[in-house]
Amino acid sequence: MSTTGVATLARKRQNPVVDFVSRLVRTKPLGTASAVIVLVFFCVGVFADVLAPHDFNEQFRGVYLQPPSAEHWFGTDNIGRDMFSRILYGARISMLVGVVGSAVSLVVSCLIGLPSGYFGGKFDLVTQRFIDAWLVFPDLILLILLVAVVGPSLWTIVFILGLQYGLGGSRSVRGAVIGIRQNAYIESAQAVGVPTWRILVRHMLPNVAPFLLVLVTTRMPGMMLAEAGLSFLGLGVPPPAPSWGGMLSGAAINYMYAAPYLAIWPGMALSVVVYSTNMFGDALRDLLDPRLRGQVGRF
Amino acid sequence: MRTYILRRLVLAIPTMLIVVFLTIASLRLIPGDAVDVLVGQMDLSGKENREELRARLEKELGLDGPIYVQYFRWWRDLLTKGDLGNSIFIGGPVKDHIIQRLPVTLELGVLALIVALLISFPVGIFSAIRQDTVGDYVARSIAILLISVPSFWIGIMVFVFPSLWWGWSPPIVNISFMEDPWANLKMYILPAVILGMAINGVNMRLTRTMMLEVVREDYIRTAYSKGLKERVVVLRHAVKNALIPVITVIGLNVPIVIGGSVIIEQIFLLPGMGRLAVEAALIRDFPVIIGVTFVFSLFVLIIILITDLSYAWLDPRIRYR
Repeated sequence: MSTTGVATLARKRQNPVVDFVSRLVRTKPLGTASAVIVLVFFCVGVFADVLAPHDFNEQFRGVYLQPPSAEHWFGTDNIGRDMFSRILYGARISMLVGVVGSAVSLVVSCLIGLPSGYFGGKFDLVTQRFIDAWLVFPDLILLILLVAVVGPSLWTIVFILGLQYGLGGSRSVRGAVIGIRQNAYIESAQAVGVPTWRILVRHMLPNVAPFLLVLVTTRMPGMMLAEAGLSFLGLGVPPPAPSWGGMLSGAAINYMYAAPYLAIWPGMALSVVVYSTNMFGDALRDLLDPRLRGQVGRF
Repeated sequence: MRTYILRRLVLAIPTMLIVVFLTIASLRLIPGDAVDVLVGQMDLSGKENREELRARLEKELGLDGPIYVQYFRWWRDLLTKGDLGNSIFIGGPVKDHIIQRLPVTLELGVLALIVALLISFPVGIFSAIRQDTVGDYVARSIAILLISVPSFWIGIMVFVFPSLWWGWSPPIVNISFMEDPWANLKMYILPAVILGMAINGVNMRLTRTMMLEVVREDYIRTAYSKGLKERVVVLRHAVKNALIPVITVIGLNVPIVIGGSVIIEQIFLLPGMGRLAVEAALIRDFPVIIGVTFVFSLFVLIIILITDLSYAWLDPRIRYR
């Protein structure tokens, strides 16, 4: 035991990422397991065309609404498409929404939150009133309004979700920045005449980074659920794209008594991914920022 | 206290002004102007005079003239006539549609909140006073599970499995409360429980956090050390103080309830506001969507105000900040 202790200590000096991962594995077994599951689904999403036995839109004649069999592991839907392949391709959509959406939201949060927290004053006051107004809109209602205006497609959903969550997150980034602004190293950077943009990018950003990581992992499941919800309502990713949420509406509801597995698989896949992401986010938050424990939602 | 109320009310006004501005601006500023889309949609045969149709639609939507003119006109109509415009495709004033649909969503939301509060508070409190025990872990995992499993999936499963096993499925006929209160409640209770479960997850975690803070206070240690029973310490000393911030939780629940009701109403075919929004969005009936967005936002704003004010009333420390 003592030798491994020395080994981790030695590694700690060299590689913070390795150290962090080992800390995660040692202290948060559940979080690690969840991270592995998320990673598996991520890979499934990336390599869906290699892994899936059929194309997500390939129709087989005469095998409509078949229960699971050796040929079609998860059965077939009402127009004879292989459900297993559709579920695998569905991971691609969900992961795309989660990952790209988070990236967009991160950029939005930083673009607004960093200057708002750093400069304060009138700029902050005006920006925050707009954020206030934005936060008063109930999530899904605002999404419905925007989708109705722009029209539903995968990329609109990704960007609208990114914008929505990004604006919500900017409030938290602002809070973190205000906390860091007090530090002596910011003051000394200002004193030696470092340009403002450089202070923001080189001194602020790295220090809010752990916070941003937590923000992203706690928002990702929400985005996946929102995409699924919108697609379920017919306002998300349009068919025939195999969105898990979209698969739960239409045929799944029409044939829910004759072919219940049409509704079971997509919902199960979605629940497992969202649950794992949530668990992982929770573990990450415990490790990186104990102050945030138990905070849920965007307020 | 009075200055605090006044300050909060004054701060709420610009928020509402910006909400409406964002809504109206979204119809015009976003690429692919909404009116163009509507013109294309109404003129499928390509025979109509597009210019004329466009002018008529803009007038109907109140979208003629510069944005600030549209904006002031919208407020004038609302404040002087209580008018939210007319629906394009469904027909009739938006206000009537909303008044007709609002009670359904209200009943569903209130029931869901009751379900959520009855379960989440005891569990959250238990989780906090037994921090890091097996019970706490189980409760926290269940809380995360409740947040993660999509309500529309549970909704479908509730139809599927009971019918497969016992040949029973939930009633989906809409009966008003006045007509037959019992049948009405039977119809609402299942959707309310499903909606309440999602909120439960959020509330359990928040209640736990707030209890954990209180449990660490000096007066709790004092209560323990003077030999009071745990039950007394928890119920008399801790819960009372933890419940004050929990009021904010109820405020935070309202937007979740609204979002969730949109989906739950769709599954259980309840004719509420959420379904109105979805129906309108699918056919791009913009006056209806704007109306629904406005009413919901106003509602959320009022709830946030009420929770903040009651918070200040219960905890005098807030007011003097």
